[in-house]
This record gives sequence, C-alpha cells and structure tokens, in this order.
Amino acid sequence: MLIVRRPVRRLLVALLPLLALAAAACSDPMTTTDPQSDFADTVHGVYQIVTILAAIVFVAVLALTLILAIVFHERPGRRAQQFHGNSKLEVVWTIIPVAIVTVIAIPTFRAIADTTDPAPDDAITIAVTGHQWWFEFEYEGTGLVTANEIHIPAGRATSFLLRSDDVIHSFWVPQLAGKVDLIPGHENELWFTPHENAARPEPYLGQCAEFCGLSHANMRFRVYVDTPQNFSAWIEAQQASRIAPANEATAAGETLFLSSSCVGCHTVKGTAAAGSIGPDLSHIGSRSTIASGIMDNDRESLIRWISNPDREKPGVVLMPAFESQMTQEQIASIADYLLSLQ
Amino acid sequence: MATAVETLAPPATQSGIWSWITTIDHKRIGALYAITGFIFFLVGGVEALLIRAQLAVPNGDVIDPELFNQLFGVHALTMIFLAVMPMGAGFFNYMIPLMIGARDVAFPRLNALSYWIFLGGALLLTSSFIFGGAPDAGWFAYAPLTSEQFSPGRNMDFYVLGILMLGVSSMAAALNFAVTIINMRAPGMSLLRMPVFVWMTLIISALLILALPPLTVALLQLLFDRHYETSFLSPGGGGDPLLWQHLFWVFGHPEVYILILPAMGIVSETLPVFSRKPLFGYSAIVFSGMAIAFLGWAVWSHHMYTTGLGPVQKSIFAGTTMTIGVPTGIKIFNWLATMYGGSIRFTTSMYFAVAFIALFTIGGISGVMHASPPIDTQQQDTYWIVAHIHYVLVGGALMGIFSGIYYWFPKMTGRFLGEGLGQVHFWLMFIGINLTFFPMHFLGTAGMPRRIYTYDSGMGWDFWNMVATIGALVIGVSLLVFIANFFRAMGQKPTAPNNPWDAATLEWATTSPPPEHDFDLIPIVRGRDPLWFDRDHGHAPAAAPDSAVHIHLPPPSYYPMMMAVGVLLLAVGPMTHLVLTAFGAVVIAYSVWGWALEPTD
Amino acid sequence: MAQASAVEHHPTSTGTDNRKLLWWIFLGSECLFFGSLLATYLIFKGSLAIPPFPTDRIVDAAALVGVSDAAREACHSIGNNLFECEGILDVPVTSQSTFVLLMSSVTMVLAVYGAQNNRLKMMKLWLLATMLLGLAFLGYQVFEFTTFGNEGLNLSSNQFGASFFMLTGFHGTHVAVGVLYLGSLLFASFRRSGLGPEAGFHIESAGLYWHFVDVVWIVLFTVLYLIPA
Repeated sequence: MLIVRRPVRRLLVALLPLLALAAAACSDPMTTTDPQSDFADTVHGVYQIVTILAAIVFVAVLALTLILAIVFHERPGRRAQQFHGNSKLEVVWTIIPVAIVTVIAIPTFRAIADTTDPAPDDAITIAVTGHQWWFEFEYEGTGLVTANEIHIPAGRATSFLLRSDDVIHSFWVPQLAGKVDLIPGHENELWFTPHENAARPEPYLGQCAEFCGLSHANMRFRVYVDTPQNFSAWIEAQQASRIAPANEATAAGETLFLSSSCVGCHTVKGTAAAGSIGPDLSHIGSRSTIASGIMDNDRESLIRWISNPDREKPGVVLMPAFESQMTQEQIASIADYLLSLQ
Repeated sequence: MATAVETLAPPATQSGIWSWITTIDHKRIGALYAITGFIFFLVGGVEALLIRAQLAVPNGDVIDPELFNQLFGVHALTMIFLAVMPMGAGFFNYMIPLMIGARDVAFPRLNALSYWIFLGGALLLTSSFIFGGAPDAGWFAYAPLTSEQFSPGRNMDFYVLGILMLGVSSMAAALNFAVTIINMRAPGMSLLRMPVFVWMTLIISALLILALPPLTVALLQLLFDRHYETSFLSPGGGGDPLLWQHLFWVFGHPEVYILILPAMGIVSETLPVFSRKPLFGYSAIVFSGMAIAFLGWAVWSHHMYTTGLGPVQKSIFAGTTMTIGVPTGIKIFNWLATMYGGSIRFTTSMYFAVAFIALFTIGGISGVMHASPPIDTQQQDTYWIVAHIHYVLVGGALMGIFSGIYYWFPKMTGRFLGEGLGQVHFWLMFIGINLTFFPMHFLGTAGMPRRIYTYDSGMGWDFWNMVATIGALVIGVSLLVFIANFFRAMGQKPTAPNNPWDAATLEWATTSPPPEHDFDLIPIVRGRDPLWFDRDHGHAPAAAPDSAVHIHLPPPSYYPMMMAVGVLLLAVGPMTHLVLTAFGAVVIAYSVWGWALEPTD
Repeated sequence: MAQASAVEHHPTSTGTDNRKLLWWIFLGSECLFFGSLLATYLIFKGSLAIPPFPTDRIVDAAALVGVSDAAREACHSIGNNLFECEGILDVPVTSQSTFVLLMSSVTMVLAVYGAQNNRLKMMKLWLLATMLLGLAFLGYQVFEFTTFGNEGLNLSSNQFGASFFMLTGFHGTHVAVGVLYLGSLLFASFRRSGLGPEAGFHIESAGLYWHFVDVVWIVLFTVLYLIPA
C-alpha cells in the first residue's frame, strides 16, 4: 500500500508546480510572460508552443516512470522477463523526439528571422553604452544624453545600438524584448515596437543580465513607454539647456557644484560642467531614481549618495565620498540644486 | 638495473599514510579520488548554502557582495572540477579495471600522478579564499572582466593556474583510461560486450582529450594578457572578448557531458541489476552516448545566443542543440524499457536511479526549451538556467553518483550502507532538490537574473527564493544522514559476499573488497553480461588458482607525488616569483628521470 | 609463465603496446592544442590594424599613430597620406630552419633504425645529430625572435605579435622538450645497462614525438610563412 501511495503523492507534487508555472504571476515587474512589444510577442509565441510540448513530455515521462515502478515492483511469484531490446520500439522512440524537436524548430527558425529584420527607417535610435555599473543613453540626432532612465513612444519602433565602455553587460527589459549583450569592441543592435496600448505612467523595469563585476546586481534601468504626445513633450523638455536656478538656495548649490570636482566627471548642459565619465546630470531632477535604479530620487537619497556612493553601491570608486570633503550642509545644497534640474 | 645513486630506493612500507602517498593501486587511488571529491562536494555545498542564505530574503545582509561574487563562481568550479568530476573519477579508477577484468590501469603511476596533481590544483584553487580572494568573475570568467585592468587582484590568477593544473590532471587520467579500456580488456570482452559504464568512461576520456586543449589555450591567453602584456581578449589592445567565449564553450559544452555521462553509465548498470533483467537496447544506449558526445562539439555557441550572432549561426546552433534531444530521448526510453517486465527491487540505489531518470528528464526538457534562441533571449542568465543546470547536474549527475555509491559500496568496503538510513537520505534529498530547484523556474520566468547578490522586494521573487533556501537546507540535512550512514556502515564487520546484488559485471566476480591484484585468475568473458551468461549457461566460476602462484604487482612509488609537487611549484610561479617555476621544472625533471629508471617489476 | 606480471608487458587487447597507444592519443590532443593557437592567429590576422605586419601592406597614416619607432621605420610614405609597410617575415631564413628541422627527422629515422637493429653506436651518433639539428632550429628561432623584437614586434605590439609568438613559442618549447627527451635517452644509453632490452621501443617513441613536432612545424611554416606570400 505504502508503495502505491508514495508515487501518487509524488505525481501530485510534481504536477502542482507545473500549474503554478503556467500561471506564473504576470503582474511581476520583470515577468517574461506578459509581452508588451512585437519582439516580446514573437518570443512569447514560441515560448507558449514549446512550454505546452514540454509539459506534455514532462507528464508523460514522469507518469511512465511511476507506472513502471509500481507495476513491475517485485512481488512473490514474479519473474523478470529476459529480453534485450526491440528494434521496432527503438525506431518509434527515435521518431518521437525527432517529431517534437521538429515542431519546436519550425517556429524557432521563423522567430529568428522575424527578430533579425532591420529596423524600420522611422525608428528612433538610441545608442546605449554600458558602464560599470550604469547605462548611458544617447538619443541620436537630438544631442540628448541621459542615464538609467529612458522614454520611448508607444506604437513606434525604437532601435538600440548596444556598446560597452568596459566589460560585457546585457540590455534586458523582459516585457519589451529579450536580452542582447553589450560587448566592448562590438556593436549589437536591438529594436522593437511597443504596443500602441503599452503606454503607461509606470516604468518597465530592466536590469543588466550579464555578470559585470562587483555591483552587477545594482545595474538596473527603467524604460517609460509614453504616448506619442507625451514622448514629444519629454524630448523637448530634455533638450532644454541650462535650467536657471529658481531661488537663492539652488543658486548657491549650482555655484558649489560648479566649483567642486563634480564637473570633472559630470555634464550639466549650458554650464562649465562637461565631464563625460559619469552620468549626464542635465535633467537629473526629472528622473525617478538615482544610482542606476537602486535609490529613489529624493533629497535624502541624493545626500546619502553624494556623501559616500561606495557605501550605497559597492565598487563605485570613481566618484569620491564627498562627506570627507564637504559639510553635510554643502552636500544638501548640491542635492537641492540637482533636484531642481527638471 | 637502476642503482641507488641514480634513483631513490623504492618505498618499503605498505601501511600507514606513507603507503597511501606512494600507492599506485587503482582501488586506493579511486578511494582517494572519491573521498577527496566528497569532501570538496561538502565545501561546495557550504558555499551554496551561504549563497542561498544571502538570497533567502530581499536585500539580504548575510554576506557582503565581494564574498558573494566569489562564492557563486567558486561554488561552480568546486562542484564541477573538485566534486562531480573526481567522484566520477573515483568510480572509474576503482571500477574500470575490475569491470574489464584487468589487474590495474595501463599506467598505474600516471594514475597516481593524476590524483596528486588534481589535489594540488584543488588546494591551490580553494586556498585563494585565504590568500587574498577567490576568483570573482564566475566559472565562465568572461573577458574582459578578468583582465588585469578590471580584476587587478590575485583572484583570477588562482582561477587560471588552478584550472590549468586540474586540466593537466584530467588529461593524464583521460589518456590513461582511454588506453586502459582500449587495451586491457579481459579475453572475450569485445567492445560491444563492455558494460555501459565502461563505454561512457571511454567516451568521457575522448571528450576530455579533445576538449581540454582549447581551454588550455584560452587560459594561456588569459595568463599572457594578465602578466605578459598581450591583449588577446581585451578590445583596448585590439583583442576580442568573444574569442574567450568561443574557446571556453568549445570546452565548456563537452564538459557538461563529461559530468553527466558517468551518471548515465552508472544507472545503465544499476537499473538492469535491480530490475533483474538485461539492459534494454544496449547498442542504442551506447551509440546514443556517442552521438551525444559527437554533437556536443557542434553546439557551443548556444551559450552565446545573446552576443549578437547572425540569424544563420543562431539557426544552425539551435538545430544542432535540439538534435541532442533525440539521442537523449532514446536513452531515457531505453532505461524505462529496462524496467518494463522486470521484478524491481527498490533498494536505495534503485531509488536514486529511478529519480535520476525523472529529474534528468526535467533538466533535459528545460534544456531543449532554451535551445530555441528566441526563448533563450528571455531565459539566458536568469534563474531559469540555474534551474536547468541543477536539474541536470544535481538531479542527473549527482543522483547517478549516489546510485553508484549505494550499489558499489559493498564491493569497495565489504560492508553495506544501511537501507533504512539510505531511504531517509534519498527522500530528503529528492524533496530537497525539487524544493530548491523547481522554484527557480518560476524565478527565471519572473525575470530574476543570475549572479545578483541582492534584489528588491516587490519583484515577485521573495516567496520562491525563500522556498529554494529551505530546499537547500533539506539537501544539507540529507547529506548529514548520508554521512551518518557511511560511518555507521564503516563501523560494522565486513560481511558482503562477492555478488550481493546478483549483478552481471566482472567486478562482482572477485571478493568484496577485491584483493590487491583484483582477480586471482583473469576472468574469461563469454557474453555481454558475463556473470549472468555463465550462470545461465552453467559455466562454473573458475577454480581458485594454486596459492603458490605469485601475482607480481608493480611496487609503490613516490615519484608521482613528487612530480605533482613540481607541477604545483610550476603553477604558483607566475603568481609569485618565476624562480618557483624554475624550481618546479627542476623537480619535475628529476621526477621524470627517477620515474623512468624506477624498476616496475 | 607461472608469474603473471600485472601490467605493461601484458599482451594487449589490440596488440598495440599501451605506451605507443598513449603517445598516439596524446598527439591527437596536441593537434587540438596547436589548432586552437593557430585558429587564434588566423582570426586576428585578417583584422590587423597597426604594423609590424607579417607581409607587405599599405596603410594610411592613422595606422602609424602610437606604434614604436622600430615598427615605423619599416613603413615608407608613398604619398597620398599612404604608407607602405614592409612585411616582417623572412621566408628565406625560416626556410633554412625548416630544412634543418626536416633533416632532423631523417636523422631521427636513422637513430630509430640503429636502436631497433641493436647498432648502438649508430643510434647514439644519430641521436646526437638529431639533438644538434634541434638545437640549431632553436638557434634560428632565437635569432628570428630577436630580429623581430628589434623591428618592433613583441607580445604587446599588436595581435600579430601576440599570436605569432605564442604559437611559434609553444612550438619551440615542444622542440626544446624534444631535445631534452633525446638528451636524456642519449645520456641513459651510456650507462652500463644502456637503455635496456627495450631500447628500440624507447627511441621509437621519442621518434614519434619528434616527427609530430616536425609535422606541426611544416603546417605552421606553410600557413604562417608561405600562404600569405
């Protein structure tokens, strides 16, 4: 009795996760099963076919294993039948995997062809450069440079030119497209068109998917899919040059910022700050996060970050810990200034 | 005759530690491999538990990121090179000569050398934790993260030199076993009468012999880039980081089969014995093993689908990769058919063998899924792949190894592992594996990247990470049960008869444990399952030979150990001072000289 | 035979001596080692940007930025902002060293003949000759490496330097190991017991290795020196 009950329980245990897999929460921010672009749709189409086949094979083989284990369990009077093989059966179970593999291969090949078409002419082109550990984005033809957060329009193709400045990274926004690596010395291209109805105020989350050193886990980014109108407005706002300080406090912050070593690495358009080592800060106030998506963009986080970036994001050594060079008031003043760069 | 002036006198003692250091007996070397491998398996397990502890909850704070990044890479290196391969090597050292009816391997001293170099490489690699930091760029060590510029510490030097040493060891072992299997078979044992485990070992040897050179070249390029000013792999100097990926995976993919084929060989032994009937489709299993190994050479770029391969390359590598599913499927069906019509004894070994089929199938299915490049763009570098490799390597390779341990333990020690504790071990391990690794499919589907030391809450990853950590603890407990079982068994009197399972292969024709010379009389093989053939056809076991006949065995030797020390010195040179390398070369030269002149009769 | 010797002198399943089989399989593995090095060389050969180049090549001025003086000297302006850079490979000299190595294979055959026919003096003489030819080849290689170094080619100058030195350097190391191998056999053959009853076998095994190293060089010489020309 025990022998029968055990395997049955095993079967149930094996099946439950399978159901859970099918229903894997589509609401998760980085889910791969809720596609919102043509590229992601293509991938998901193949995935669904293959998953169904895989589930069938999984259940069939496991059921067969259990049935054989139960039926041919030793018991009094049973003698094992002595035979060495059966050519007909061998042929049959060569054909079964061949058939399954063929069924997987056809949509695969079609999807490979679909996802390697050249981008349409009206695509927006964004050059992506991977750095340890943040993403730099340059909208070609606009002079617009930003970091870790981008906006793209719904219903129109965006093409990403993927490069790296140091080690290999990988560009991945699961709901919008499969990942493509950023490899130093190479340039890869990825393009997709978000669905017309993919526009939403919340960002689509992305993350570096190739191990790239100490803070690999902290190399995240956000893609906002806007309506075409919102997108145009955003581009226009981001192209604006120097945002004049609105009050005395931010004016003091600007002076402090421009007289500090910040300008050696960061750019703020229209000012003397023209460094190109760190992220462009021209419109940092308009972003929702800092430090490649690991901290909210607010006064308190900015102060913490400027005080000691290595403490917030291990391995960030190019940017010094300003707590040893400035007072907390000075740092707060710079934070206020940066937040004003909308 | 060599004189004492030219070489050291042969070691005299036959017991104590010295006898283990100088042993060239394949059974003792096998035991050394197996025990060392198991100890490193526990080390790798502790590394895994630390990783799981860190990831149990979002924003975990158990270990710092430096250590985490070292642990996930070293966990892989430890499990692959220091645990699963040596445990496999333990079996084929111990069993291959017995299974083919030989008195030892073709080159007993070379065999000892393989072990000692392996031990040196393993200690070198592991000692990195003490000396300034373990390799922290993953086991795949993608350039240019590994360059002097991005990895200025010693970390990657330990990787390069440790793996080079382990490669030398594996190469020596593979050459030895290829020759042993081709040349040392007992009379009557034609190639197609060899047990499947022997076949798989031969195939693994061939894979190692051909796959290690590309890895060696890649490692040398990395070594030269780091220390001798070349830039093979750094784009700054005109190099190409993808060169590393190609060379590494030309080795790395066959390596996967090097890890899984021993397990396939083991269950091909245990399934028939415990089903009390011959293996179904012997030739199909052997030839599909060869097909897997052959195709394994044409699939390496499926690790590189996201690097920007062209559509034609993607399609070709997708095609070859999916094709591997066919011989794998054939194997699975043949194992199932072996159970059909049997009278199955559910010993612990059999439980592990049946679980192997089930769990390996899961790993195989998920493998075919991301053989499709479009799907892989969503699964590559996520926990989906972590789930896949662990179903293949833990659910597959490790379950096979445990099936072998329970099966051959009486042959190796004369004692039985307890069946009661064995069942507890099995069920805990079976549950633990599924609890740990099945949820990783969900994590991957929910977009959790691999190799991240931290993650935020609200990504939908919290629950399954906690489940996986609990599962890892269950696996840990199951291993404690196994260790208890081992010591309990070793405390008992040896009672095992020659052939306790009524098995068919030659290792069961001699005593348990076998005498130092393996067989009093070299057996004669009359069929594919020799002991069953003799039983069914009324051939009595050969009479015990005249006890006056002296079976001469080669004397023990310390040159293998000495040469391994030389190799270790050679390896640590580039990391410290090249004087050590020169000194190592002298030690090696001396050992070769002594080795060559040492009398072997 | 009342005494069953455990290993090594057993009749084998295939009839081939274990050690000889080991050598053959090992050399198969070596093929992949040199194959991987050669593949690296060929991959980079197509995309060389800066001199020194293996063969004559015309480049624009940009390619000369930052290269060493020695490498720049080999490049002459041909107007239009273009420069013609002389190739660094010296086929006539390397043909000599290739000839030397080929001859060493002949002397090796004679040494094996001597050993197998128990003509020990002949064996020793031709072993010595083989060693000397091997050393001569290494001498040529040292000369070549030094010359290339003076002309601005080293491990860090460009991908040609890195892959060329790595490839030919490892081949040279194999020749050096071969010389040591033959040297120890020669040395051992002067002991009272000589090389023992298996002298022919030992010399033949060494010959197998030596011929392999020669054949590898023929391939390298063809691919590196002759085909580009």
